[in-house]
Amino acid sequence: MKQTQTQHRPKRYGMAIDLDKCTGCGSCMVACFAENNVPFRQDETNKLLSITWLRVYRITNNKKFPHTEVCYIPRPCQHCAGQHEGHSPCVSVCPATATDYSIYTGIVSQIYTRCFGCRYCMVACPYHVRYFNWWDPVWPAGMERYLSPNVSPRMRGVVEKCSFCFHRYQLARDKAYTEGKREIREQEYQTACAQACPAGAIVFGDLNEPRHAVNRIVQPDPDNHYKARNPSAFRLLERLGTDPKVYYLSSREWVREAGDNYLADEQPGALGPPRGQG
Amino acid sequence: MKLSRRCFLSFVIGGAAGTTLSPLPWKMMDDVAIWSQNWPWTPVPPDGEYTYVQSTCTLCPGHCGILVRKVDARAVKIEGRKENSLEGGICPLGLSGLQLLYGPTRIQAPLKRVGERGQGHWQTITWKQAIDEVAGKLTEIRTRGNPQSVACLVPTDAGTVPQLLQRLMTAYGSPNFLRMPSADDAYQAVLRLTQGVEGYAGLDVENADFILSFGSALLDGYGAPVRMIRAVSRLKEQKGTLVQIEPRLSDTAAKADTWLPVKPGTEVDLALGLAHVIIDRDLVDAGFITAHVEGFDAFAMMVRERYAPQAVAETTGIDAETIVRVARAFAGARRPLALYGRGKGQTPGSLKEALAVHALNALVGGIDRQGGVMGMPAHDYIHWPEVMPDAAASAGLRAPRLDDAGGDRFPHARHMVHRLIDKALEAPGDIQALLVTEANPCHNLPDASRVKAAFDNIPFVVSFSSFMDETAMQADLVLPNHVYLERYEDVPVQAGAAKPTIGLCRPAVAPLYNTRHLGDVIIQIAKAMPGGVADAFPWRNYEACLRETLGYRWETMHRKGFWVDEGFGAAADSFVLMDDTLGAIFMADSPVPAGDAAYPLLLVPYDSIRLASRYAGNPPFMVKTLEDTVLQGQEGFVEINPDTAAEQGLHQGQMVVLTTPVGEARVRLHLNEGTMPGLAAMPRGLGHTAYDGYLAGKGVNINQLIGAVQDPASGLDAVWGIRAKLTKV
Repeated sequence: MKQTQTQHRPKRYGMAIDLDKCTGCGSCMVACFAENNVPFRQDETNKLLSITWLRVYRITNNKKFPHTEVCYIPRPCQHCAGQHEGHSPCVSVCPATATDYSIYTGIVSQIYTRCFGCRYCMVACPYHVRYFNWWDPVWPAGMERYLSPNVSPRMRGVVEKCSFCFHRYQLARDKAYTEGKREIREQEYQTACAQACPAGAIVFGDLNEPRHAVNRIVQPDPDNHYKARNPSAFRLLERLGTDPKVYYLSSREWVREAGDNYLADEQPGALGPPRGQG
Repeated sequence: MKLSRRCFLSFVIGGAAGTTLSPLPWKMMDDVAIWSQNWPWTPVPPDGEYTYVQSTCTLCPGHCGILVRKVDARAVKIEGRKENSLEGGICPLGLSGLQLLYGPTRIQAPLKRVGERGQGHWQTITWKQAIDEVAGKLTEIRTRGNPQSVACLVPTDAGTVPQLLQRLMTAYGSPNFLRMPSADDAYQAVLRLTQGVEGYAGLDVENADFILSFGSALLDGYGAPVRMIRAVSRLKEQKGTLVQIEPRLSDTAAKADTWLPVKPGTEVDLALGLAHVIIDRDLVDAGFITAHVEGFDAFAMMVRERYAPQAVAETTGIDAETIVRVARAFAGARRPLALYGRGKGQTPGSLKEALAVHALNALVGGIDRQGGVMGMPAHDYIHWPEVMPDAAASAGLRAPRLDDAGGDRFPHARHMVHRLIDKALEAPGDIQALLVTEANPCHNLPDASRVKAAFDNIPFVVSFSSFMDETAMQADLVLPNHVYLERYEDVPVQAGAAKPTIGLCRPAVAPLYNTRHLGDVIIQIAKAMPGGVADAFPWRNYEACLRETLGYRWETMHRKGFWVDEGFGAAADSFVLMDDTLGAIFMADSPVPAGDAAYPLLLVPYDSIRLASRYAGNPPFMVKTLEDTVLQGQEGFVEINPDTAAEQGLHQGQMVVLTTPVGEARVRLHLNEGTMPGLAAMPRGLGHTAYDGYLAGKGVNINQLIGAVQDPASGLDAVWGIRAKLTKV
């Protein structure tokens, strides 16, 4: 794989999503659709078939009126590093090397022309971030005029998912390279969802770079699988050991607990895999 | 040669092993896959030069700044602009603008109806024919001495294009220039009555540290949606407080620090109950009251007599302790701000409630100061020569308005579209022609079927819509306007802007179809009419008019995309808290939903930022973001509390018939703990009959189930709900 800029130390691009700020408006989803030429059909109400690289889930605390609370959870690809850097659940199972883990950026890629649609990765992914193109994409007459040349429209029979707007990284990287092989600045590479969020809930950047806001917010611990040192930050299904790069922040305990599964007699917030599986 | 068993097996197994080990099948499978993936119907977007155009979004009254990314001549993405939405955020509708621009529901040329109204049979005509036809018809009506029988319906009355239309109506001789209903109608009346300001309410949400929202969907499209969401985020960062008052756990209530699930329709009692506590415990801003407020004692007496916390607790369902706590916190905050306007603010609502909410701001001194409500004088940059109505026009202008707004009967109202609809049904001859621009009354007004019936009674309907929406479907002529991404237009921001701001909408792409700028069309229609009408329009074309009107601002607006008048800072002179007029309003009844005991539930509409519910239909991207508890297949949902469902033996997802005094619809049930028991809630913006398969026929239009309710105090439409019942299918 051709990589430029190998002189700089590896990046670890990641995201911090403040669920206290997220209003569930859906701008991130639409920004993603528009940026990445995500197709749509007349009926998108079967959410298993509806391709949403980033999907906003709605959860409630299941309490009765008027003690009900609601929280929205935007879910892009979590770009798992795995127990050992690069052992993402999906990358490990792909027979076509259509999905790969970049040790230079930490981004899990998806190469549509390599994918032959076995969908092992969809089974392997614990976050349901991967979608299969059951049909060729069809845009209503005239609408193909807004398609962006930065991201190729996908064809029937391949799996697709969030790329952390990798094309934006490429553009920023090329620009930085031509301007004297400098580092990419924080604002030069932002995902479409982070840019669009009206609430400022999504912060994107390099988790390894102390000058980036995402690092300051999350305070990842490199010696402990990048677990957040910020007590209100958590990752989805953290106990699986997938080491995802998307962190969520919430001041509400029930929301943080909802980020993982616990046995009936377990103390929520317990670390490590469930008993008997360690 | 005899083929032995051993030999046969060796051959088969060897063959299989050989084939498996050879790369041939894998290679072929791969080739077939690649070949099939390269079937030519998957588009390959052409690359080109990248540019950005800064413009202003006009899809809602917020008028946010946008950046349109282009590749050669194509627009490929709309993004937020940092300057006037702070950090570049953008709402889902703004992001979906290109689907409207390039979508197949665009009207591509002037159309004339052939066949029955609503059937959708059209004949393409030339622009000359279209303009001659409109001018000819209007001239004929005027020659008959009936210019006052022509009405015009616009989404806003600010800016050069609506003003050109109003000018056309004035020069023509009709006083019937109507704006679509919104909470601005009530705010306008409130500012006029309390502060003597003719304008709109500037809401300084950014500088408030305590926001008390009376059902305003701050996070679902109230005012300028992006600005409101930003402001709430900032409020959270600065540990401010948001209190949301509404009976359903909306997205705004879900983010609020305190959610007060008030009994619907009793918001005004709660507001005055809070006022009671503030006055009773002497938490008022004494400085502001002594310096500016008139009628404080009379107001205090009224709330003391009628709105003691215990009594209010009884009415509103919010306990007295909470009322006292919230009132103390509100009055104790440094910059408290109370907001009026339910949901996105698409209905004017009760004038009494608007007054009560504004009174709360006055009690704590939150008028014309940072973090408060500013009485903003109407935008005053359009200085055109006075229209000189000729004899025919003067006669028409002396006639009363069709909706009686502003007269003796409804002194507080300026635009009453629901009464125009009534008029069309009750006195069919009184409205001979209706011009509609960028509004979709046949879908967006309460009792949409009745609105359609009213349209049937109007002999000549002209739509200037860019899209084949429900209203264009009911028109005789459609003169399609450019979409906002194809045209120049000044768009003054009124949606709560705390500084006078004018956005500039400018073409990101050249017009795609044979459409024409509404401003040009108005001028051309005027010029095609004989007599004094043409004289009122001295401009060559719209762009000349726009440049002349903006004058010295043009350069800045062209460069920056907007104009802000920083000079504003006039403090309130006097604030009338109570006088005879206000007393009468406070004594008036609250608007009551239609229906009787046969309807045990209360159906209320709710607003979602994922559903466009104004002029633009919901674009496919936004339909895609709808949850499967809002839309499933083509079926819409009504939300009720699980306890309400259990009483009737209903369960999640069940198909039911929802009946109200106005209409009925088949919907699915969604059990939502956040909905008050006894309440049923449905979103606005679904149930379109026009547009294409990506929107048409999806869900139910709640406006088919609710009807306008005239506010006893003002005559404005104050519908917030209707009685309803559910029956199993």
